[in-house]
Amino acid sequence: MSASHTHDTHAAGHDDHGPMKGWRRWFYATNHKDIGSMYLIFSLVMFLTGGLMAMFIRAELLYPGTQVLDPGTFNSMTTMHALIMVFGAVMPAFTGLANWMIPLQVGAPDMALPRMNNFSFWILPFAFGMLLLTLLVPGGSPAGGWTLYPPLVLQTGDAFPMAVFAVHLMGASSIMGAINVIVTIMNMRAPGMTLLKMPLFVWTWLITAYLLIAVMPVLAGAVTMLLTDHYFGTSFFNAAGGGDPVMFQHIFWFFGHPEVYIMILPAFGVVSEIIPTFSRKPLFGYDAMVYATASIAFLSFIVWAHHMFTTGMPLVGEMFFMLSTMLIAIPTGVKVFNWTATMWKGSISFETPMLFALSFLFLFTIGGFSGLMLAIAPADFQYHDTYFVVAHFHYVLVPGAVFSIMAATYYWLPKWTGHMYNEKMGKLHFWLSTIFVNVLFFPQHFLGLAGMPRRIPDYSTQFADWNFVSSIGGFCFGLTQLLFVYNIISCVRGGVKASDKVWDDASPQGLEWTVSSPAPYHSFEVPPEVK
Amino acid sequence: MVRVAESLQPSGPHQQANRSLTRKLWWFVVGAFAFGWALVPLYDVLCSVTGYGSKKELLVAAHAAERVDMARWVTVEFLSSVPTLGAWEFAPEQTEIKVHPGQLYEATFLAKNMINQAVIAQAVPSVAPNMATQYFRKTDCFCFTPQKFEANQERELNVRFFIDPSLPRNIDRVTLGYAIYDVTQTKSALQN
Repeated sequence: MSASHTHDTHAAGHDDHGPMKGWRRWFYATNHKDIGSMYLIFSLVMFLTGGLMAMFIRAELLYPGTQVLDPGTFNSMTTMHALIMVFGAVMPAFTGLANWMIPLQVGAPDMALPRMNNFSFWILPFAFGMLLLTLLVPGGSPAGGWTLYPPLVLQTGDAFPMAVFAVHLMGASSIMGAINVIVTIMNMRAPGMTLLKMPLFVWTWLITAYLLIAVMPVLAGAVTMLLTDHYFGTSFFNAAGGGDPVMFQHIFWFFGHPEVYIMILPAFGVVSEIIPTFSRKPLFGYDAMVYATASIAFLSFIVWAHHMFTTGMPLVGEMFFMLSTMLIAIPTGVKVFNWTATMWKGSISFETPMLFALSFLFLFTIGGFSGLMLAIAPADFQYHDTYFVVAHFHYVLVPGAVFSIMAATYYWLPKWTGHMYNEKMGKLHFWLSTIFVNVLFFPQHFLGLAGMPRRIPDYSTQFADWNFVSSIGGFCFGLTQLLFVYNIISCVRGGVKASDKVWDDASPQGLEWTVSSPAPYHSFEVPPEVK
Repeated sequence: MVRVAESLQPSGPHQQANRSLTRKLWWFVVGAFAFGWALVPLYDVLCSVTGYGSKKELLVAAHAAERVDMARWVTVEFLSSVPTLGAWEFAPEQTEIKVHPGQLYEATFLAKNMINQAVIAQAVPSVAPNMATQYFRKTDCFCFTPQKFEANQERELNVRFFIDPSLPRNIDRVTLGYAIYDVTQTKSALQN
């Protein structure tokens, strides 16, 4: 702290303040590292909860007929799995990474708004506690799909207002997290760190945070309209009262499409950190990467109705949304080629984070290509609401977003804990995950093209074989993740001491490698000088 | 706890800048929330400006129905066929009627299932000449939904229609034909 501190009387001797003891440390946490850890642990718990639901779904789909779940429970499993994975696992994981890494990467002592940081985290357990409680209330938990389309969602029982308020809370948490990220990045950078010197993870998060504050309020508005339609007799989405159920889809996807980029842009940032490190070369086309990220963010606002090609849009609308969607392939292609070019003639080594980043590169691109297929309006009429869509978004979200989170965890875990994780087990986790994620999701392309609809507990026997394969892949993928959990826990508990640079022979770039491992409780209280 | 929290607060100038940026971002959030609600009237505005969506077409149809052209006569002929059903009778009550464009009429077809089992039938309409199709407006029709017939059941099937007054002048005779098909298997498969 500088001598010009306004609270001189309190400031003396604070620099070596450790964390508070016991539960107070976590409940009153304002330290970005503590809050980051809580976000990451919360996300892992939600990942396992949502994953368990996915196991139930795959168990039901293992054979034709209904064996494990009744159709109503099956529907609530698909709905809850999606809500938990999107809002409980992927988004908090990225917010946790942001909390841990952004102050370290921009050379700030902490996040700009530590109290709000505490609040935005502690909302989450209540939001998801309420969402999970819906499993016990009369009428069961929400079962109309995570997209909450009326009029179906209005048939939810007592769970309906609980789900809506849970979504409100998740939204509030994300908005506060995003504001915190923006203020930290805009105001707290170390002297000399201009915007175009920021690490790409910081850049992608800055843009993601703007997407969050632009669209999470729109979702809050949409679910509030559902609430007033249900309880106060408004008719926003009720045709009998002059409303239009299709309008909900427009408002929802105005949120929903930027939302999918909210879940992938920080992943791009992570991969842009890891590939240069293990290729031992600077990132190829840094400026192009920044502009590509910004272009993707901009385009995400004008493509939403490609989720709604079959609602009977006018032809001009279908053309517009088809072409604008295809346009996104250009900045995304810039990114994929830049990562590839970064590796070109690099001296590559294959540690676990790099393996996950490479797998991301290949498998996310597969998801991107199936996305292009879905963007073709006339073809979409065949693919719409089939397993092809399920395969597509799981390819971009699991070996996309989730693999990038795993890559980031392996990459930065030694910095967080001060110990190396078990590299052999990490590699085993990688190979099993990569193999089984493909066994799990690739057959779903075939099922979708053959006409199997999504969100059904039972199916025609012609789909039996590939569903069996997919379910086996699912169970194995699920079990494999226990390796990840075990590896993290044992790395937190102990292990080989990690050096400050962690990846010494790769000499990673960035301010986070200039602090000791584990990163001290308070870092960069004297801002570093960036040249 | 307060002391620790304070020690983590950024120093003076940052705090000022942080507050002001945070305030601006909260206004941005309020604006985004308002925008979400504003989308509701905006969609109506978009539809009325561009003519997208079906509301305008429906209004045209409603308007057409209010404007009866008493000076003009058009002959409407009715045809029926039973390509696949076998032992069925299906015929219009009248083979043709004269109508004023814009006025609502009702025509009746008589159908009898002479098979000894229940049948779900689906009628498929066609209009000739082709040009007239878009001016032939059915407000209600037995062809809109599958029709279930018990064994040996006989009943009347109705269609309400009017001819759009903007039907081209050179057309004075329009034919409405129905072919009726057996869809028992596909329909019962869907229900199971």
